[in-house]
Amino acid sequence: MAMFSFLDRERTIAHPGYNRWRIPTAALSIHLAIGQAYAFSVFNLPLSKQEGWNLSTIGWVFSIAIVFLGVSAALFGKWLERVGPRRAMFAAACCFAGGFLVGALGITLHSFPILLLGYGVLGGFGLGLGYISPVSTLIKWFPDRPGMATGMAIMGFGGGAMIASPLSVGLMHHFRTATSQGVAPTFVSLAVMYFIFMMFGVFTVRLPRDGWQPAGWTPPATPPKLVTTANVEVNEAMRTPQFWLLWWVLCLNVTAGIGVLGQASPMIQEIFFGGNRPLAAAGFVSLLSLANMTGRFAWASLSDVIGRKATYTTFFVLGMALYAFVPHTGQLHSVALFVIAFVIILSMYGGGFSTVPAYLKDLFGTMEVGAIHGRLLTAWSAAGIFGPVLVNYIREYQISHGVAKADAYSVTMYLMACLLLVGLICNLLVRPVDSKHYYTGAIEADGAPARQTLGGAVPGGANA
Amino acid sequence: MPELMNEPADGVASGEASKLWLSWLWVGIPGLWGVYHVVVDALKIFK
Repeated sequence: MAMFSFLDRERTIAHPGYNRWRIPTAALSIHLAIGQAYAFSVFNLPLSKQEGWNLSTIGWVFSIAIVFLGVSAALFGKWLERVGPRRAMFAAACCFAGGFLVGALGITLHSFPILLLGYGVLGGFGLGLGYISPVSTLIKWFPDRPGMATGMAIMGFGGGAMIASPLSVGLMHHFRTATSQGVAPTFVSLAVMYFIFMMFGVFTVRLPRDGWQPAGWTPPATPPKLVTTANVEVNEAMRTPQFWLLWWVLCLNVTAGIGVLGQASPMIQEIFFGGNRPLAAAGFVSLLSLANMTGRFAWASLSDVIGRKATYTTFFVLGMALYAFVPHTGQLHSVALFVIAFVIILSMYGGGFSTVPAYLKDLFGTMEVGAIHGRLLTAWSAAGIFGPVLVNYIREYQISHGVAKADAYSVTMYLMACLLLVGLICNLLVRPVDSKHYYTGAIEADGAPARQTLGGAVPGGANA
Repeated sequence: MPELMNEPADGVASGEASKLWLSWLWVGIPGLWGVYHVVVDALKIFK
């Protein structure tokens, strides 16, 4: 349709002089919006009071949204590479805002399935499309600092909840009446606000023109061993051991992080405050979300200097040491050490998300890195389901066998350390991708694979 | 950050600098508002 031609890939090529530092703002406007998902829990209690749904039922809305994040990222990654970031961002904004609107309809009609279909399924599609849409564009604009660039965008996803939480609480307070908690009008307001906010990203994003390189930068003559100058197509990438090793690296890192995120509030209260300081516990959770956000930028930026493999090795080795140390902070009665340990752990949880696109770019090239990243995010969906189940089951099992509540966390921490050990082994097994997997077709000017494969020379080679 | 963003060798089109700053304000203001709320919450650990 002609009216949507402004979304075409060809219309997004940057003019000469376009400043590449505008691209992270386009990415942030998408990620700061969809990061709202992490703050969905602020609606749990109001929805429960208003509609009479129990909290565990309402919890499914967030879980389904995360599952559909992974599903849509995996399904539409290749489409995104073909149509370009602007159309994908526009689709993400429509799905995300549409999810809120359908969700508001569900609440108005007192229908949980419609809420689930709206925020969970439609909104989840928006999350997945929005999450992956700026990744490959950022990598193309920042070949000299891919970790920092993607880290900046993915930091937005961690920070989105910080905006959404007070905003949603304020809106609900504004719309509250004697008979309503004001959730439905809050959903409608958020739909409008986030749609406008995301449109900024849609209109700002650009692809670099043919042959563009950062001023004064030339690709290193001898790149590090793991970094390839070749490209691997997304379906071919899934046939490599490197993809599945990274899948487990991400899954285990996320599982360990989710395990403590979900338990942070009761943990600090039961170990140090005798269960009597809910405000302090809420402050602790806020501090962890800040660590999660800043870690996304800091660790991904550091990975540009020390390399991706070394960064993940740090996550796993330091993580194991900290998880094993945490139970001792209770015996030492040191809240400060406990808080410091968890701040570092949660920064590495965030860093795991933000460093992985650059790791994929190093191994598989830039051609379809967004699509490959999308497929890899199924590891997040898996961890999002199994992580909390695993941690909660072990905790309940111990308590039912007479272990004191404050002591039951120790076994959980040691289990997390074991998961990280497996992750460390997977990371150490990562080697350069075999050249038999390289894409040998033509590549278009903007870095996408040609619509029709022409055959020809390998457009690069490994640096093994 | 401004030093990092200043890449004159690539050529700066007319109005590009102001667009750049407006872009960062668009995402920066809500971002800092969120950070402010989190820091205020986090300080409650030590109260």
